[in-house]
Amino acid sequence: MNPQEINEWVSAAKSAFTAAGDLDELKAARLAHTGDKAPISLASRGLGSLSPDEKASFGKIIGEAKAAIAAALADDTARLEIARDQKILLEEVVDITLPAKLAHAGGLHPITIIKNDISDFFLAQGYSVVEGPELESSWLNFDALNIPADHPARTMQDTFFVEPLSAGLVLRTQTSPLQIRTMLTSEPPIYIISPGRTFRADELDATHSPVFHQVEGLVVDRGISMAHLKGTLDNFARHMFGPDVTTRLRPSFFPFTEPSAEVDVFFNGRWIEWGGCGMVNPKVLATCGIDTTQFSGFAFGMGLERTLMVRHGITDLHEIVEGDLRFTRQFGVGL
Amino acid sequence: MRIPRSWVEDFVDLSGITDEVIADAFVRVGFEVEDVIKQGADLNGPLVVARVIAIEELAEHKKPIRYVELDCNEGQTRFVICGARNFAVNDLVIAALPGAVLPGNFAISARETYGKISNGMICSSKELGLGEDHSGIIVLAQGAAKVGDNATELLQINDTIFDIAVNPDRGYALSIRGAAREIAGALNLNITDPIAHAKSLSFAEAGTPTSIKISDGAMVAVLRSLDNFNPKAPSPIWLSRRVEKVGMRSISLAVDVTNYVMVELGQPLHAFDRAKIVDGLEITYAVDKTKFKTLDNQERILASSDLVVRDGKQVLALAGTMGGLDSEITDSTTTIAIEAVRFDPIAIAKNSRRHKLSTEASRRLERGVDPSLAEFASARAAELMISLGGATYVGTSVSGEERYPPIIDLDPKYVNDRLGTELPNEVIAQALTTVGCDVDTKSWKVDPPSWRGDLQIPADLVEEVARIVGYDQIPSVLPRSPYAATLTPVQLRRRTIAAALAARGLTEVQNFPFVAEATMKALNYTGERAATFRIANPMSEETPLMRTHLIPGLIGAAQRNISRGARDFALFEIGAIFRNTTKLVDGIFPALEAKPDAATIKAIFDSVPPQPIHLGAIFVGKTTGDNWRTKARSYEWADAIAEAQTVLDLCGLSYTVERSDFAPWHPGRCAELLVDGKAVAHAGELHPRVCSEFGLPPRSCALVINLDALPASETVRAAVIGAMPIAVQDVALVIDANVSAAQLEQALVDGAGDLLESIVLFDRYDKIGDGKISLAFTLSFRASDRTLTGEEISAAREAAVANASKLYGATVRS
Repeated sequence: MNPQEINEWVSAAKSAFTAAGDLDELKAARLAHTGDKAPISLASRGLGSLSPDEKASFGKIIGEAKAAIAAALADDTARLEIARDQKILLEEVVDITLPAKLAHAGGLHPITIIKNDISDFFLAQGYSVVEGPELESSWLNFDALNIPADHPARTMQDTFFVEPLSAGLVLRTQTSPLQIRTMLTSEPPIYIISPGRTFRADELDATHSPVFHQVEGLVVDRGISMAHLKGTLDNFARHMFGPDVTTRLRPSFFPFTEPSAEVDVFFNGRWIEWGGCGMVNPKVLATCGIDTTQFSGFAFGMGLERTLMVRHGITDLHEIVEGDLRFTRQFGVGL
Repeated sequence: MRIPRSWVEDFVDLSGITDEVIADAFVRVGFEVEDVIKQGADLNGPLVVARVIAIEELAEHKKPIRYVELDCNEGQTRFVICGARNFAVNDLVIAALPGAVLPGNFAISARETYGKISNGMICSSKELGLGEDHSGIIVLAQGAAKVGDNATELLQINDTIFDIAVNPDRGYALSIRGAAREIAGALNLNITDPIAHAKSLSFAEAGTPTSIKISDGAMVAVLRSLDNFNPKAPSPIWLSRRVEKVGMRSISLAVDVTNYVMVELGQPLHAFDRAKIVDGLEITYAVDKTKFKTLDNQERILASSDLVVRDGKQVLALAGTMGGLDSEITDSTTTIAIEAVRFDPIAIAKNSRRHKLSTEASRRLERGVDPSLAEFASARAAELMISLGGATYVGTSVSGEERYPPIIDLDPKYVNDRLGTELPNEVIAQALTTVGCDVDTKSWKVDPPSWRGDLQIPADLVEEVARIVGYDQIPSVLPRSPYAATLTPVQLRRRTIAAALAARGLTEVQNFPFVAEATMKALNYTGERAATFRIANPMSEETPLMRTHLIPGLIGAAQRNISRGARDFALFEIGAIFRNTTKLVDGIFPALEAKPDAATIKAIFDSVPPQPIHLGAIFVGKTTGDNWRTKARSYEWADAIAEAQTVLDLCGLSYTVERSDFAPWHPGRCAELLVDGKAVAHAGELHPRVCSEFGLPPRSCALVINLDALPASETVRAAVIGAMPIAVQDVALVIDANVSAAQLEQALVDGAGDLLESIVLFDRYDKIGDGKISLAFTLSFRASDRTLTGEEISAAREAAVANASKLYGATVRS
């Protein structure tokens, strides 16, 4: 045994490891060069028979040689493991464009989406979202809103009445009865919106439906003016139709507001009638017990279907009411 | 309302003002312009008056054709082919000569037709774009024009007609007088009130006029009697043309005059044949069940709520709505009674609606007419019948008296406060003066004009100021709510559930809440769900009922999607249902303009039946589309139950599951979910008969949850999450098949004690026989403070099994 010989063992081991083409060959090389019968193992075991001096010097040399072989083995093990992995990964390549999704695509109805959108917009401005019955007291739907008994909206053509007629129940023609309910049960300041389903005895066609949705807004507070109404509508229109949209108010007539106005938006190059609005008629406030010397209010109302149609370029109302999956899924969940 | 520009120009100088500016002005003061008709814009001369010299009938064609010789004052006569037959030799007609272009780019030239040379065309109203009348060609009254006259000028063809929409509060604008005032106000122009001329009229009484008396339903009535009217006198062209321009037919001088004055001033008039009036006229309510034939030749049965005009013998007119056939003016009428009444608007509205008769008269009267017009409009009509029809004046009978809108105390600051403007007082006063108010700027007492019965309170005046100043002068300011608002827990829950279901592959629908009786029957609804509300005037006789359950609508939506080719899908809906299960009371109608007392408000709210919000879903076909990864499987009862449970889990609610035979589900495959012992949901497979009846694939599933019955989620008290090791034990038990999995699981849970962290049923084996099945569970045990010993774990497991054995005879499967 001499250092020269030990060095050769190390070299031979290293060469054998390097020569190994895969982990199996490396294992054979490892057994040959580090196994029980390998020269270095035998030498190591033979150390006990040496003198203490020799033992010390050869012990050191053999220890270093073993460490060198182990390091070489580790290097080649790592090299060959990477090679093996690469081969496996290559074999495992798949067509990742295969359709992965199994579940049906779901979606929210666009009316729900726009209702949520509008609700969030007004919630952020401190308006509560008020909801209520669709089958409603006719006093709340008409009388309290200053819609007199002989108003055309009260006749059989426009309103769905429920039997027995003596019960005075109608399918609400607007969500305004919620304004009355709110004013009868809470004190100003009042800041609410009331999105909901409404009914008019219209035949279903491309632009009319007997069942549709509205969102109304009501503010009653000290010093509320038509300028506040305009500011609110400008802001709302920009949220619905984009930052560049402009609005205009046109004089109009509603029994429950005075002054009354129609609000139009200039969208895609033309004026579009969007909704009705005005200052709450003092007669309506008085019916709700609100002190008109202290408080005033504004109200507005828009059709959600109409807003959707304008915003999304929907030309036929049938698509919104029919519940065709293909239509609704286009809107996802509104994200 | 059609407003001819030329007629407005009688009272307002519009020179130099374009049609576009006028249309825009109408919009600004609150009148939607539905159409701007430029009459004559697509018509180019030569268009002349011609006299018919001779008519040759050409009989050999499919329809009779005339070859007409015309004198157009051209030195020689002209021959034209004409298909119309309503004219005779010597009549005056309108001829378009070669070179003329009629509306529709119809160029007139000399051409051969029916084997003759036609050298021009005799024109109808429609061919000239003057109206819809194409029943014959225009025949002018003799003496109305000279042969060769320029017919474009004669017929005043070139004009612009603004078709404006008039809101219900602005009855006065259903007149040239009103519209002219609005235009003048919007453009800051002077107006000569058409009434000024009528006010200047006076007539000498010459006999005993027919009398009129108001017994009911009117404020003031004026009846002017005329004699010696020439029923053959034609309407002059200016009169008939104006009547046509506003969209009416020219009928006869007497009728044209009443229509003309109504349109000019806004007061509907009725001309009776005075000779047919027995005694005098009375305005009163009809006797119930009286039969009465209106001008449109319809026999009507009157009710005691119908306001009528009658004489000593019979009803002569449905007041303010339509005259009667019997007292109509005819072509032999020589005595006329012109009636002008300021009727009670509500009475006329009722007349009109009860008889489904919306007429030019009723539309004006139900909106309220200027009370001063009864006198002046009737005078104006009398003037025209005298001057144009040779009538002589007999006298006037008047009943009642005019009452005018009250004087309003206005604080100009109120105007600015409501508008958010800083208008000077002079501007406010000027605007009010423009609409016809008298304004005392010291006391700020504002006296509305006679025609503005709608101006009653200061807010009404605010709108007038805003209109005249312009709504565009109102600034834009955002108000500030003092509140921090959020969705209510119920709203948030509904929204989250919908989003979760959409994410889980369900698509939301919103169905009409109307149901057919046959559907109710087919779904076998009983009890609360058979208690429907019936709509008195449904959209469709097929679906007159309000839904009591969401399933009918979901089935309908599923059918529609299937018919359009969809096969595998899940739909859901969140919406109100309507059950007629509370006692209905009579409608409550407290007085207005003062708050009802608390008890009345509560009674009104309570009179409205509860309408809980439900969630429903339907599952059709397979849970996935066909795909390369797995074999797609059909929805089954458990999918519907799982979806319902997911919703309750989302709400943090614990529930129990029981079997139910609730319709319209499969009686053996429907789960009832109970929260706090109350049923809140049903889910499972639909009844096989329902699937086949409605054309759904077999084994379609559905769920319904009463969202309003779900208790509010409580604030979560967080439990300590132990970090100690878990001990997992499996047990397989054999039990009678009629013991439910839920029962057995509950028995294990109750027996296992506090150390049990979770339990999962991981296997079910039903091939044991003897009416037995095996259910296998994994029980996970954990203590929060220590590692459990083997003895503790075994003891807990055995206690669980012991309880199951005690309650249900369960044995450990060997």
